[in-house]
This record gives sequence, structure tokens and C-alpha cells, in this order.
Amino acid sequence: MTQFISLIQSSIVFGTVILFGSIGEILTEKSGNLNLGVPGIMYLGGIGSLISVFFYELDNPNPVPILCILIALVSAIIFSMLGGLIFSFLTITLRCNQNVTGLAFNIFAGGFANFFGGSLNKLAGGVGQINVLATSAAFRTKIRGVSTAGPIVQMFFNYGFLVYLAILAAIALKWFLNRTTVGLNLRAVGENPATADAAGINVGKYKYLATCIGAAINGLGGLYYVMDYMKGTWDSDGSIEGLGWLAVALVIFASWKPTRAIWGSYLFGLLSWAYFYIPNLTRRSQELFKMLPYIVTIFVLVAVAMQHKVENQPPKALGLPYFREER
Amino acid sequence: MQKEHKEPLFRISKRGLMSRRKAWGIRLLALICALIVCAFLIYSIVKLNPLKVYQAMYQGAFGTNKRTWVTIRDTMMLLCIGLGLAPAFKMKFWNIGAEGQVLVGGIASAACMIYLQGKVSTLLILPIMFICSAVAGGIWGFFPGYFKARFGTNETLFTLMMNYIAIQTTSYCVALWENPYGSNTVGIINARTKFGWFPPIFGQMYTLNVILVFILVILIYIYLNYSKQGFEIAVVGDSENTARYSGINVSKVIIRTMIISGAICGLAGFLAVAGAGHTISVSTAGGRGFTTIIVAWMAKFNSFVMVLFSVLLVFLEKGAMEIASRYQLSDYVSNMVTGIIIIFLLGSEFFINYKVWFKNRKYKEILP
Repeated sequence: MTQFISLIQSSIVFGTVILFGSIGEILTEKSGNLNLGVPGIMYLGGIGSLISVFFYELDNPNPVPILCILIALVSAIIFSMLGGLIFSFLTITLRCNQNVTGLAFNIFAGGFANFFGGSLNKLAGGVGQINVLATSAAFRTKIRGVSTAGPIVQMFFNYGFLVYLAILAAIALKWFLNRTTVGLNLRAVGENPATADAAGINVGKYKYLATCIGAAINGLGGLYYVMDYMKGTWDSDGSIEGLGWLAVALVIFASWKPTRAIWGSYLFGLLSWAYFYIPNLTRRSQELFKMLPYIVTIFVLVAVAMQHKVENQPPKALGLPYFREER
Repeated sequence: MQKEHKEPLFRISKRGLMSRRKAWGIRLLALICALIVCAFLIYSIVKLNPLKVYQAMYQGAFGTNKRTWVTIRDTMMLLCIGLGLAPAFKMKFWNIGAEGQVLVGGIASAACMIYLQGKVSTLLILPIMFICSAVAGGIWGFFPGYFKARFGTNETLFTLMMNYIAIQTTSYCVALWENPYGSNTVGIINARTKFGWFPPIFGQMYTLNVILVFILVILIYIYLNYSKQGFEIAVVGDSENTARYSGINVSKVIIRTMIISGAICGLAGFLAVAGAGHTISVSTAGGRGFTTIIVAWMAKFNSFVMVLFSVLLVFLEKGAMEIASRYQLSDYVSNMVTGIIIIFLLGSEFFINYKVWFKNRKYKEILP
């Protein structure tokens, strides 16, 4: 039983990272912009919060938890939005190819984040690995009394607040896309920008905003990864990149529906951690079991393509730059 | 009443064909801008005179004879992957799975080196490894190609997931072949017998890499520009409907091209294992599968231009690593520099394809 609960818990923690990533990406893709730079944006969000909190903790021996959280949140959002802005400028204003730009952006952002993650302590005159334990503890604060409560309560309520924020964000995005005029306009831009333009919708503005706000949500995934999953340390082994790509895959898995992404992300988490809880696995066979989420993703990709349902299709203009004078 | 509209600050319009010289001038300008930005970035981190930065970078890449050859070796590796990606990307097939295709090619080579030692002659082993790695890479390319052609599966994510499957397979093989036991690395394979290693030619370890890759450069150039299959690839890339209308079997072209693309990437794995590292690990591909996409894309799939871009990127990588090691910084600085340069070069394409009109200038002349 305890094993099962800890499996569920690690799946939800894992799932939250990619849930943030895929919600942001759904918002972006609904505007017709395909941002393959999600891993890069997550890198930026993670390192942005880490850098600013690092300096805050360096100056204050007794950091205030609520300030730590605020600083981390704000800086993660600023960093990832700046990343989103670079991507938007290149793809929307300069009309670069979105796939190539996203990949180029990943190289840059991954280099940037791993460089500062690896050298920040040295640049600040310290030694050893960077860590921000106080902030990480603040992010992992749980509701009082839960850790001593029964197993069912623990399964649902023993997490930091970002887990619930991710679920709320998914529900809010669903409401926004389906029940508001602005959301309808946004979908129109993603389906057929020329028609939306003729109807008086400012296509460029919608695309910019959707990409930048989507990037901010992606960045929260990076923040959650650094502060909760990695417990306030930096590891340049590239695992955040793998999570970012899973987030992009989850968008297709959820067929652009935010609420479907919620259980989808936890399922991915379950598949990723399953190897850890299957008894009597050698190290070798563990490596094989770690393939599970990727193999399942491939099956889902093929299944979605084979069904060819109308409501599961991507936005029509996804990946295409819009230039008004082009016919 | 109609609302009065202000004239925007600038407008853009599409350009016609630009002369090749002018287009390359714009790219060169973008490159220079990027190099200036990078120099100032490095200056702000390590407080080193920007000109000295590039001098140090030059020493990092070409400072000694050995370094020059390592730079050449890595350029060949990058170039080989780029050559593999070119046909797929020309067909607008987003094969971002080069990383995995390289790895499975590497695994196949390493397996040959380990299991065939003492069973076949040293002369025969290299051709066997060549074929095995190409087949392994081809299989890795076949699956996404087949499902794309048959069901229209999203190839970007499919190839990407194949990367991770390849990475896990590599981890499995590393655990299987680990030497010494418990180190979780394969170590140098056949360090004593040098079985399955590229033999030195003209006294140089890496001559064979250069020869093989340059044969490929020429072959791919001919294949893409002067063969019927290359023409089919170009038509499918420009418009699938046109291709179908003109009687091209689109599915067949997609699957065939992906097998070729994967096979050449698999050969890059062969180069990495037999001709460079003599070992296999999850970092054998080292992110090159992603970098080369941009090499192939910016070179417009012209293999000779790809040589230039590969040299440039490897030079930057080696140079930035030299700076990092001199100042004991993380060598990820090289990725940051590469990223900046690529972003500038991508952005410059806009000025090749579009013309920018500033307010009150010339624009009025063409409009009444």
C-alpha cells in the first residue's frame, strides 16, 4: 500500500511538470504557433527562478518563505516570457520556420541554463553545487496535518501548491477557450488567420500574446521541476529537456484539450516511474522499462492518426506563418 | 464615419528572387552581428577583451596539430549527420530523430566490434560494421517514415520518441557490455587489439573519416540535384498534391527517403564508434542530431555549403570550450554561443525573403 501511494505521488509530481508544459503549449498552438521550444522555455523558467532566489538567499541568511516563492514565481515568468518573446519575434514578425526556430531556441536556452546552473556558484565566488534549500522547502510546504493523516488523504493532498495551480490552470484554459469571446477569437486565429484578420481580429497581437503567456505557463513547469522535483538543485543531465518533449507529445495525446492533459500527464508520470516499483528488476531491465512512456506515446500518435476524428485534429493553420499579402 | 488610420511605422512586402551574392552578403552580415553579440556576452562573463576571446577560441580549435585534427574529426561527424538529414528535410519531413539514428548505428558498430572479435579478419570487419550501422539507422528511419506515409502520423514527435527509445537501448547495452564491471561505461572497446578501429592512413588517425564523408558529400550532392529520386524528393517537399498529380508515388518516396536518411545517420554512428571514440555511451550523439538540422536547413540542403556551416559550428564549439576550460566555467557556454549565432542566421532569412519599407520613404512612390 505505501509503495502504491508513493508511486502515485511520484507520478503526480512528475506529471505536474509536463502538465504545465502542455497547458502552455496548448494555448500557444491554439493560436497556430507551433512552439517546439518548450524544453528551452522550461530551462529558462527553471534557471530564472534559481538565479534570482540564489542571490536572494545569498544576501539574506534567514529568507522569508513567502518572499522566496514570490521572487521565484515572478522571475520564472519573466525569464520564460522573454524566451517566448524571442520566439514570437522570430516566427511571427520575421516569419522564420517554426520547427527550426524552436530547435535553435532549445540549443540556446539549454546552453544558457546549463551554463549558469553549472557556473553560477563559481561566478558568485562560492564553491560546489548551487542549491536553494530554503525556497525549495517553501515550495514543498504541505497543508498542515496531512502527513499524519490516512493514506487516501496523503495521496491527494500531500503536495506543494503548484500541483493544484496546474490543475486550476488547465480548467481555466478550457473555460477560456470554449466559453469566452477572446478564446473564440484565438481559436479562429489558429484555424484560419486570414478569415480572422478579415473579421477585424488583430492576428499578430493574438499570436504574440498566446505564445508569450503560453511560455510563462511552460516556465512554471521549469520552476516546479527545479524547486520540487530536483529539490532546489541544478542537474545538467538534460532530463528537463526530456520532460519538455514529453509535454509537447502530451498536447497531441490530449488532442488539444486542456482537461484531458491532466490525467494524461499523471499517466505519463505513472509510466515513467513504473520501473522503480516493479520488484526484482535488474539495472539492465530497468533501462528497458524506462522506454515505456515513449513507446506509449508512439502508439497514441499512431492511434490518433488512424482514427482521424474531426474533433481530435490540430488547429488548421498550425505551424504556418501568416502574411496578409500572401494568397 | 470612417476611423482615420495612422500609417504604420514600417511595412513589409515580399521580395522577388534576390541575387545569390546579395543573399550571402546578408547572411554574412548576420553572422558578424552574432559574433559581436557573442563577444560582448563572453566579455561580460569573463572580462576578457573580445578580440582576445576570438584569438583564444582560434587556439582552442586549431592551436595544436592534435586539436586541428579533433576539430576536423568532429566536423566530419556533424557533416555526416547533416548529409543524412538533407534528403528528409528537403522533402519537408521533420526528421528530428537523427540523435537516435546515430545511436543505433553506434550500437550496431559496437556490437560488431565486441561479438565478432577473433571471428572475422581485420580487413572484413570494417565493411561489416559499415553495413550493420547503416541497416540499424535505416530501420530507425523506416518506422516514422512508414507511419507518416501510411497514416499521416506526426513525424516530428515520432522521430523524437524514437530518440528516447534509442537512448534507453543504449543504456541497456552499456549495462550489458560494461567494462570493467560496475563502472557503468563500456570503456575503450578492443583497446589492445584495435579490432574494428579505423586504421591510420598517411600517419593520421582520422584520414578515413574525412575520405568517407567527402565521398558522401559528393554522392548526396549528385543524388539531390541530378537524380530522378532527388527530383521526386524536391517535388514532394514543395507540394504533395503536385507530386501525386504528376504520378509520383508519394508514400514510396517518403519511406525510401527516410530509410536513406536514417542509414546515413547510422553511418555517423559508425564514424563515432569506429573512427573516433571507440566506445559507446548515451552521449555518443551529444545533441549533434539537433544542431545539424540547422546546418542542413541553413545550407539549403547544398552539401558543399554544409561543409562551411559544419566547420563554423565546430569551430565555435571548440573555441567556446577552450574559453570555458581556461576560466573553469561550464562548457555549456558553447551551446549558448551556437544558439545565438543560429538564431541570428535564421532571422536574417527574413531580410532575404521580404523587403521592409519605412514610413514616408519610397513607399509613396509605388502607391498613388
